[in-house]
Amino acid sequence: MSEQSHKFTQLDFAPLDHREDHESIARPSLSYWQDAWRRLKQNTRAIISMYILIALALFTMAGPLLWQVDASRQDLNQTSQAPGFVRQALIVPAYKRWAAPVDQAIPKYGDLLPEELASAQGLTAAEPPNTQTVRLIWEPVPGAGGYSIYRNTRPPTSMQDLGLPLSSVDTGNKHGYEDRLNLKAEEYFYSVVATDGFDEAAVFSTLQLRPQLAITHKDALERDLSNNPQPGDEVSLAFHPLGTDYLGRDMLARLMEGARVSLFIGVLAPLAFVIFGVAYGGFAGYVGGSIDNILMRFADFVVALPFLLFMILFKIAFGIGPGESGIIPMLVALVLLSWPATARLVRGQVLQIREQGYIDAARLMGASNHYLIARHILPNTMGVVLVTLTFAVPMAIFTEAFLSFIGMGVAPPTPSWGSMCNAGVKTMLAHPHELILPAVLISITVLAFNLFGDGLTEALDARMRGRE
Amino acid sequence: MIRYTAKRILSGIVTIWFITTATFLAMHAVPGDPLMNDKAVSEEIRRNLEARYGLDKPLSKQYVIFISNMLKGDFGISFTQQNRRVNDIIREHFPVSAILGILAVVIAALGGMLWGALTALYRNRLPDITIMFLVILGISVPGFVFAATGQLALVHLNAMVGTTVLPVAGWGTFTHMLMPALVLGLGTMALLTRLMRTSMIDVMGEDYIRTAHAKGLSAQRIFLRHQLRNAILPVVTVLGPQIAAITTGGFVVEYVFAIPGLGRYFVQAVQQLDYTVIMGTTVFYGAFLVLMVILVDILYGLIDPRVRLST
Repeated sequence: MSEQSHKFTQLDFAPLDHREDHESIARPSLSYWQDAWRRLKQNTRAIISMYILIALALFTMAGPLLWQVDASRQDLNQTSQAPGFVRQALIVPAYKRWAAPVDQAIPKYGDLLPEELASAQGLTAAEPPNTQTVRLIWEPVPGAGGYSIYRNTRPPTSMQDLGLPLSSVDTGNKHGYEDRLNLKAEEYFYSVVATDGFDEAAVFSTLQLRPQLAITHKDALERDLSNNPQPGDEVSLAFHPLGTDYLGRDMLARLMEGARVSLFIGVLAPLAFVIFGVAYGGFAGYVGGSIDNILMRFADFVVALPFLLFMILFKIAFGIGPGESGIIPMLVALVLLSWPATARLVRGQVLQIREQGYIDAARLMGASNHYLIARHILPNTMGVVLVTLTFAVPMAIFTEAFLSFIGMGVAPPTPSWGSMCNAGVKTMLAHPHELILPAVLISITVLAFNLFGDGLTEALDARMRGRE
Repeated sequence: MIRYTAKRILSGIVTIWFITTATFLAMHAVPGDPLMNDKAVSEEIRRNLEARYGLDKPLSKQYVIFISNMLKGDFGISFTQQNRRVNDIIREHFPVSAILGILAVVIAALGGMLWGALTALYRNRLPDITIMFLVILGISVPGFVFAATGQLALVHLNAMVGTTVLPVAGWGTFTHMLMPALVLGLGTMALLTRLMRTSMIDVMGEDYIRTAHAKGLSAQRIFLRHQLRNAILPVVTVLGPQIAAITTGGFVVEYVFAIPGLGRYFVQAVQQLDYTVIMGTTVFYGAFLVLMVILVDILYGLIDPRVRLST
């Protein structure tokens, strides 16, 4: 009752019209499932998750049709490439030897102590630098007996900060160096320090340069990058929108292939063990008595098995033949170990439903066992089963990813999100995208299934009505 | 109470026997045997080796020998690590896994209860929504991603400060344990937070809470004495299985942080089909888990007088 005073009028005490139809049902009658669907639709999070799941299914199935790149093809010109746009490369002729300049007028071995040596002047690149080769020249330092060459990825601040020692030239009159060590199209800082042949001077000179991405003429022809490529031309390299992994394999194609493995296990395994669990638990619950006791005791034992240990053991016990990916053994192991939870749940439901009045009523009216199970008992357990199913999917995806992560999952070269994460962890400092992309996909998938499962639980559980 | 405990222990022993037998059968179903990894050996040497390890006897005989040795507490000698007894491997490496696991459970349980209570207190307000979002994230992100991210965070933290605040990998001191334990406990913490929240909200609707309000007790007293204490009970029940999940889930964290725990030995043993190590670790883990579940059940009966253990 509201606290505010209510002014009654005459109308409030007038008799209502006597309507014939006041007991007719105004709203359309809804079945249990229609009602559940109506409630699910009101749950924004669940609906967004549903769309995410549909998008994932499309990504897995329709994706490879749109992005027809072989997931196992290695593009060695672009290994561990970060996500980005098409990259241009300079076509260069096949590598030819280059002799560093030697000034014969200067003695080979210097006569100065290290601390008396000056820094190298005129440090520059002899040719436009590219990723095939970087050729450095500098003016000889008077009195030097050799040079040390360093490379760093950031500007050096002190003698201790020169970076990767590339080489040392051991004669004072040879004043050039060629770097071909794993060059990338990134910023480099080359430092040259004069030495007396053994010890280094205290001063250095630095050159900043950025090699241009290069591809040899032969490679360009083999990869069929453009019609009639000529040295000196610029061509577009193969496009990898999400970058490549450590072997130069296209990440997008691999993620799609990996999704197939993860979702195959993630959907099929729960489906299989839920069906088995329903049959087992339903049978035990319906039969009851000592058979029920024995069956459920066995289920208790299986629950007690250390899950991951047995997952690994079973997976190996079923064996992997040559050329197989090992998905099926994993599936079987997962089903063998995961059914008891569903069985227990369904048994409890069946025990409850069996005692309901409508079952007795149906039996009195002459319903057979088959009819009772098919028409009354199974449909009434479906809500619980569906919820179990949605929560079993993330568990299965996790298990697959976990096993692949510790290297006991699908056999290479078949990619799965878990094995991609495993490879990505090893290079996570230098190339984080190799870990982030599969990890984010696993997380989004599991998140969507969890939120959808939450929504489904609320929608199917009549007791949740009226609660948050 | 005593009868209940005895009954639980008896069924626990049967469970351990089941685990043992299942492991034994599954292991011997794997094609090959531990001696096959060796380079070409002559028929005679192979026969001698088989005789030394008892592999020449029929499977049923091997099973009986294993069970009788196990009852004496002897798991035998490793096949691949010369002269190393399985008991010693477990004794050396299980404590590492156990300490890591216990620390993780403690972090998870304390964190879960704290966050869960907070969410219930600020129900449907900003703290609740934020925490529940993080919880969903915690449940949905695989453990190895947490592990890798945690390690990455340590690398950057140490680089930023300039000294080693927390070591990035390895084992030895308490500082080594902190990050792995936190990472290991995160998933469980998320689960417990969710459970604690539901439990708190359930308790809020109970009659005794209304009675307490009607008596005129202060809000803090109701929250601490009546609501919190009753809400913790369901959380305790799931601790047993969660301890199990954490100790085996430690594999990944041990792998990423290079911790010499038992999980690594198990994976290695399975790959090399080291029969004795596989049996030893599985049976040991199985027994440990069964014990944990029984302990938590009994503990539950002690905490909550409403639970009648005799049933």
